[in-house]
Amino acid sequence: MKLVVAIVRPDRLGRVLEALFDAEVQGLTISRVQGHGGEREHVETYRGTSVKMELSDKIRLEIGVSDHFVDTTVSAIMLGARTGDVGDGKIFVLPVEKVYRIRTGEEDQAAVTPVPRVFEGSK
Amino acid sequence: MNQADTAWMLVATALVLLMTPALGFFYGGLVRSKNALNTMMMSFISLGVVGVTWALVGYSLAFAPGPALVGGVSRALLRGVGLEAQGTIPHVLFMSYQGTFAIITAALISGAIVERMRFSAYMLFIALWALVVYSPVAHWVWGGGWLAGLGALDFAGGTVVHVNAGVAALVAALVLGRRKDYARQAILPHNVPFTLLGAGLLWLGWFGFNAGSALAASPSAALAFTTTFLAPMGTLLVWSLIDLHRDQRVTAVGAATAIVVGLVAVTPAAGFVSPISALAIGALAAPPSYFALVWRARTRLDDSLDVVAAHGLGGIVGALLTGVFAEKAWNTTADGLLFGNPAQLGVQAIAVAATMAYSGVATFALLKLVGLVVPLRAVTTDEGLGMDVSQHGEEAYADGEGAILVLSRSDATLAAATIAEGRSA
Repeated sequence: MKLVVAIVRPDRLGRVLEALFDAEVQGLTISRVQGHGGEREHVETYRGTSVKMELSDKIRLEIGVSDHFVDTTVSAIMLGARTGDVGDGKIFVLPVEKVYRIRTGEEDQAAVTPVPRVFEGSK
Repeated sequence: MNQADTAWMLVATALVLLMTPALGFFYGGLVRSKNALNTMMMSFISLGVVGVTWALVGYSLAFAPGPALVGGVSRALLRGVGLEAQGTIPHVLFMSYQGTFAIITAALISGAIVERMRFSAYMLFIALWALVVYSPVAHWVWGGGWLAGLGALDFAGGTVVHVNAGVAALVAALVLGRRKDYARQAILPHNVPFTLLGAGLLWLGWFGFNAGSALAASPSAALAFTTTFLAPMGTLLVWSLIDLHRDQRVTAVGAATAIVVGLVAVTPAAGFVSPISALAIGALAAPPSYFALVWRARTRLDDSLDVVAAHGLGGIVGALLTGVFAEKAWNTTADGLLFGNPAQLGVQAIAVAATMAYSGVATFALLKLVGLVVPLRAVTTDEGLGMDVSQHGEEAYADGEGAILVLSRSDATLAAATIAEGRSA
């Protein structure tokens, strides 16, 4: 099992999610974060006070996957997040020691295997 | 000169001016947070750009004596606009009052091109649009031009303001093209309370817009006030019932939109119809705009904040219904279709068609002209980053984290001096 951590541009999140869902990657967590990468900082001015914004808004995705799903996941993120400009972000793949699914108590491989999707009718 | 009229028109002018910031809130709430300032600034900047061009030449082109198609230049730079009476109020006040209309009409167009138009191009565009499109059309209806001669009824600017801006918005959305994310990502309003606040303030300002168009503290103003009071109520109720019927839920964005649509529809009719007719006009105006909005969202037309459905279509419906519901018993000017004068409906249709044709063609030409000087669109990466940061160098909701103070030369000298002082002390 691996944990895929990706940092992407906020305005590419929609595309990344689309690509991940197309690749049948279903379990993920996102958070809004700020970071400093290689991109040019922009200058903002408020009533004569100029500030360099050294941190850019980013989205951090965390996805727990079984080993054979890592490549699919990584290429889906690449596809969705790449613009070709500096600031597209990073993908980290980390080893994972244990995984539990809280609802069932399943462990490891079973815990990161998605349950068959249940479609709820719209209200 | 009448002091009561003057007092009311002073207040009415301030009320209409408030509508432009209100429109900023209405529109600003409907866009994504990264474009909130840019969208609101598109309304606010009209106060500067169009307000100044109005004083320099716009007023003259609309209201100075001239041929049937456009006013002359005899009032340019406000020459001859003094304290003498224009009607029953001072001429300077009449000029200011009319200026607030030009300002908001240009700002209305911005709803069609938010989240992508380069700000400098927008400023140039509305400056030219106010002179080339707004002023002549205002002259046709209010400045003694040909539509007034024809007997077209437009109490407060249904054609001049709303049909005019609605058609310009349609053309602008087509010329600018779609936002890069349009129909690829969900683009949601970032602050619906702003939109409700804007709708509420627009309604308040609209009392100045419609009741002020009587240009007097008169029974006609009271009628226009009452119709402006009632019509949006009808629209709001019908709109909410359609919402309820289609989705079992009444939406807040829908309610804000309905209020604006009702106000737009009653604008040309305000001083010409009975209060109950105004309620009917408000109610009848809801379905066309509602379904135009629903339909538009499924098309490739990125009229982002639905200026065409709300102002264009709402304005057309209002202008035509004025020709249906006008009642001599209330306005002493003309009857409409329901009161035995079907010809009025035809005259109204001519006014609408002429405004649409001229506004459409002239707006297209102006955008092409501006495009030769400044690219109309922001570059795609700036659109992705957000128009607030890219066009204005500001954020609506900055938290200051990671912001490093940039010392200008004089600040740096000052800082060095302070440090030196500290050492010597």
